[in-house]
Amino acid sequence: MASTRAYTYFPGCCMHGFARHCQDSLYAVFEDLGLELRVLPEWNCCGATTYMSVDEHQAFALAARNLALAEQIGLEILAPCTACFMILKKAQDYLARYPEIRAKVDRALSAIGLRYQGTARIYHPLEILLRDVGLKGLKARVKQPLRGLNVAPYYGCLIARPYALSNGVTLEAFDQFIPALGANLVDFELKAHCCGGSLTGTIEDVGRRLVYILLRQAKRAKADVMVTVCPLCQLNLEAHQGKIQRQYGEDVTIPIPYFTQLIGMALGLSDKSLALEKLLVPIRWQPVEKGAAAAQPATAA
Amino acid sequence: MSRVSFVRKVKYEKELQRDVAAEVIATPGGEKILSCLQCGTCGGACPLSVYMDHTPRRLIGMLREGFKQEVVESFAIWLCASCYECTVLCPAGIKVTDVMYALKRIAIHEGIYPRRFPIPVLAKEFMEMLKGTGRNNEFWLVLRVLLKTAPMKLLTSWPLGLRLWRRGRMCLIGSRIPKPAGADLRRMLEVLEHGNASDVKPSNVTPSQGPDLLPGGAVSRVNA
Repeated sequence: MASTRAYTYFPGCCMHGFARHCQDSLYAVFEDLGLELRVLPEWNCCGATTYMSVDEHQAFALAARNLALAEQIGLEILAPCTACFMILKKAQDYLARYPEIRAKVDRALSAIGLRYQGTARIYHPLEILLRDVGLKGLKARVKQPLRGLNVAPYYGCLIARPYALSNGVTLEAFDQFIPALGANLVDFELKAHCCGGSLTGTIEDVGRRLVYILLRQAKRAKADVMVTVCPLCQLNLEAHQGKIQRQYGEDVTIPIPYFTQLIGMALGLSDKSLALEKLLVPIRWQPVEKGAAAAQPATAA
Repeated sequence: MSRVSFVRKVKYEKELQRDVAAEVIATPGGEKILSCLQCGTCGGACPLSVYMDHTPRRLIGMLREGFKQEVVESFAIWLCASCYECTVLCPAGIKVTDVMYALKRIAIHEGIYPRRFPIPVLAKEFMEMLKGTGRNNEFWLVLRVLLKTAPMKLLTSWPLGLRLWRRGRMCLIGSRIPKPAGADLRRMLEVLEHGNASDVKPSNVTPSQGPDLLPGGAVSRVNA
């Protein structure tokens, strides 16, 4: 990476709260790879999956305001929360396809002096890593291969649904970042199955069951860790392990790192810069000599 | 002869409320419900349909026929976690997720949900918080929703809060949008709330080509 590439960073609300470790590790990895994140000034909440159930035009306007601000800057937008990522894409799609929504949103935006053009390009950080650093580039920078660590990739719903990833990339192609880090790729067929989203906090028994289905499958597939690309999936999967264990009488303890934490570990970044201590289920992985496996499934704190 | 009593499920024409289908058809994504094949792909793909009283297929069928009450009072609409499985698989091109959103909006606007049911309360609190600070702080959001719906749950949910707090993952003073931008944001939402703000000049922006990102999904077109 000779020259520094820069992106407009749309953090999303959770990055200041329960997903702070996701943001810490994202910054650490991007800095190490020579990629610059510039926070979108004055960004507002994208509306999440919730605002749409109250008012659809306001929901689209919330996303459109961020897009209009980002268009002024002109850099590619990077959204590490897959809900933000999908909602920004959905707003762009619907504003292009529905003139009546577009007219309303345009009028609301012009009232505050903004113009929406629909030219922003929206990416998830993993897309950017694989496009701008690439598997070869990533492999070349691995200082501490994660040998012996069995990693199940879990993407959740919104990164590739309803909108396909850019340039026809598939989730199976995404998986390849795991072997590039020196870890073992676990065949995890529920990689795009729903984690329940906000149901874990509203209709809890159902939400927890969806989480249980994922954790059970990861355990059966002999995964040591399950890596996520969405901060809400990350919280859902790790926060309810104790309750699920009591409810279903089954050991479902498994660390759930955010993907930049895992990448950062392989890049040899410090545990502190990757905020590994902020995980509710700690990763205990010691770098070992070639050949020996040493992933320690940890217990919930 | 056993003690069977028939429950009449058939509705007479005058009992049907066909306006609800029209409302859904008028929302983006719901236009195609009349071409629903009733194939059941949506319910088959839905990770939550096993917990639903009516599957999405059935909801669309009832909706078209005017069974408004049954549809809007259904528990199923609240179970939709918007995972979009149904939307990407529907052979008729119905955006089932958007249909579910439209039904939630109708239920919320008309107040058709049980008292203290958390999802509508969450949606409203979320909206209020966003209007206040431009961003959402999950600690205060969860606290406000719990206080309004199930205060006793504070007793069982504090351990998780404590675990997050001890790891620096709970933010009591939320990040907020700078003040002038916050006022802008409220103004923008107000314009949409009141529909036709007369002081607002129509935008003279020409619509551009939409995103080129979606091979499978939506094909964008220029709306000249």
